[in-house]
Amino acid sequence: MLLQVKNLHAGINGKEILRGVNLEVNKGEVHAIMGPNGTGKSTLAAVIAGRDVFDVTGGEILYNGKDLQSLSIEDRAREGIFLGFQYPVEIPGVSITNFMRTAVNEIRKFKGLDPLPGGEFLRLMEEKKRLVEVTSNLMNRSVNEGFSGGEKKKNEIFQMAMLEPMLAILDETDSGLDIDALRIVANGVNKLRRPDNAFVVITHYQRLLDHIIPDFVHVLFDGKIVKSGGKELALELEEKGYDWIKKEQE
Amino acid sequence: MQQENKESITAERFINLYEKNRKFLAANDTPGLKKIREDAMASFMNLGFPDTSIESWRLTDLDETFSRAYDYHLSPENGIDFQKVFQCNIPHLETAVIGQLNGWYVSKDVPLMELGNGIIMGSLAEARKQYPQLIEKYFGTMANDATDGFTALNTAFAQDGVFIYVPDKVKSPKPVQLINVIHHDDNLFLQSRNLIVLGANAGLSLVHCNDSYNHQASFSNIVTEIHIGEHGMLEHYKLQNLNNNSTLISSVFFRLEASANLESHYISLNGGLLRNNIGVLLNGRHANANLNGLYLMDRKQHIDNHVFVDHAFPDCTSNENFKGILDEHAHAIFNGHVLVRRDATKTDARQSNKNILLTDTARVNSKPFLEIYNDDVKCSHGSTTGQLDQDSMFYLRQRGIGEETARMLLMFAFADELVMKIAIPQLRQRLEDMVKKRLQGELQICEQCVLHCSTPDHPVEFPIDMSKL
Repeated sequence: MLLQVKNLHAGINGKEILRGVNLEVNKGEVHAIMGPNGTGKSTLAAVIAGRDVFDVTGGEILYNGKDLQSLSIEDRAREGIFLGFQYPVEIPGVSITNFMRTAVNEIRKFKGLDPLPGGEFLRLMEEKKRLVEVTSNLMNRSVNEGFSGGEKKKNEIFQMAMLEPMLAILDETDSGLDIDALRIVANGVNKLRRPDNAFVVITHYQRLLDHIIPDFVHVLFDGKIVKSGGKELALELEEKGYDWIKKEQE
Repeated sequence: MQQENKESITAERFINLYEKNRKFLAANDTPGLKKIREDAMASFMNLGFPDTSIESWRLTDLDETFSRAYDYHLSPENGIDFQKVFQCNIPHLETAVIGQLNGWYVSKDVPLMELGNGIIMGSLAEARKQYPQLIEKYFGTMANDATDGFTALNTAFAQDGVFIYVPDKVKSPKPVQLINVIHHDDNLFLQSRNLIVLGANAGLSLVHCNDSYNHQASFSNIVTEIHIGEHGMLEHYKLQNLNNNSTLISSVFFRLEASANLESHYISLNGGLLRNNIGVLLNGRHANANLNGLYLMDRKQHIDNHVFVDHAFPDCTSNENFKGILDEHAHAIFNGHVLVRRDATKTDARQSNKNILLTDTARVNSKPFLEIYNDDVKCSHGSTTGQLDQDSMFYLRQRGIGEETARMLLMFAFADELVMKIAIPQLRQRLEDMVKKRLQGELQICEQCVLHCSTPDHPVEFPIDMSKL
């Protein structure tokens, strides 16, 4: 099992947001997590990635059988956890090329590998750009600075392609995208799917799941996963909205 | 002539010294210059040294500086080691190097050179003898002796320093590097005076370094007047890397005539107490001044950038961009004052000051302000002070970049915005290296010049390769 979230409780400033989440993800699977706004979807993603503004107050997260709690943000990333941000951060003065080169080489160092020579790194960038259909003129610009919403999200997919994570969590990567950008994002995920990696796609709408076919769909409500099912659950949600879930819970 | 040694710095000391040496100081003065000197002394007697009761010095306390005793010399000491000064050239950059040691002009051959293209450069003391009319026309016309005690004292005791004259229509073929080195066995107070004149359509690139050679305490009161004639262009680089026991009061007064251009870069890497008074008078239509400042301070270092831009004519532009990173107990002050006079329509003035505080004990006082007497203007000012952005840190670390590397990357990116504006490629490269070293806490005040801190044979180690692939 790649990821095992057991009875996870977490919050911020004393306010509990996750109230006992259970989730199991195996290699080769795509999971979708859906749910209304403010139910803890982004918190779950951030807590798995190790964001320290959240306090884990109970339960555990196992990744490849290892407890993640003791690992730093960067070590989780180096072990293969990738978070696609809902709101990618603008970093003036740092070009995407330098950003990715630093990231790739720090991960290689962690694995005991030598830094990638400049030429090879460039070739890798070109290959991944083609794979995820990113145009080259973004590369020498500062990370996300002045990017449109779609460019930012495509850039997240490009970074995912570069870093080849084992577990990619995409936090509402589809929000604010037009249909072309949505297709590029979905194609990126589909091309990167392998038997030995897994994706957790957090989304508010069903439409992304027309392009990325999930193996499992979960509904997160009020800090808990209250319903799980196959891809047909997403269609049901699309049709009925979240109200029937709410009613079921009451 | 009298040498005054190992006394504390008091107004009385200088008033007495002036009385005793009046004739000596004015020996080469024209009547006009003599009057400027006398007026400045009268002004100093009235003003004295500033203390924290004066608004513009409220946050810069000189008590510790004044508590020490300093030597002060009215003539240069013997036994100058020229080599110490002149080895400070920037590698692979051809510059005309002129130097000052302990405030006195030093030269290998002649004290004042007149080049084939009419450029004059060398000792101000010598220029006062050889070109009295030229000096009289400009000297003392930009400095504010009437309101600032330090400037008044400098003018009253003005003897030597650097003089550069670039005639109309002449563009200096290579940058001039002006090296101010302090190397003295005892605590030293020094006052040098520089005068730089660019004629109409003249061009000059000036790299002005303030460096220490040892850890002896020093107290410098340096005044530089710079005139840029119509359509003239000055690229001005001020690099400060002094030891932690040094106090530097640097006052630079720029006067820009119509359509003149100034690109100024203050880069302060080290120093005990640095005070930069930067005065810019836009004295004709369509003059433009861009003022950039970068300061990286730690320990108990103190930097105070006081910038005053006077929009006296219509259609002028000014743009201030000051950024600082403060660690440990460092304290930075930014005081930017833009004055738009009543007739200065179509003024475009911008001020920005951004700071990163790395500790709870580092402090910033930022006060950009506009004083506007005309309605038809575009003015903006802004100031931000904060820690390294936590969202950015999380983003970088989530991609596998270690915490320390992520901090370096963000700090360097913050600083590099200003380093990138340096137009001389070799100097830009050198300063990128120095900023990296400084951020890693590896930059020492050097046995050699500030620009020799990393030699091409020993490139700076930095975890991030910022070079373009």
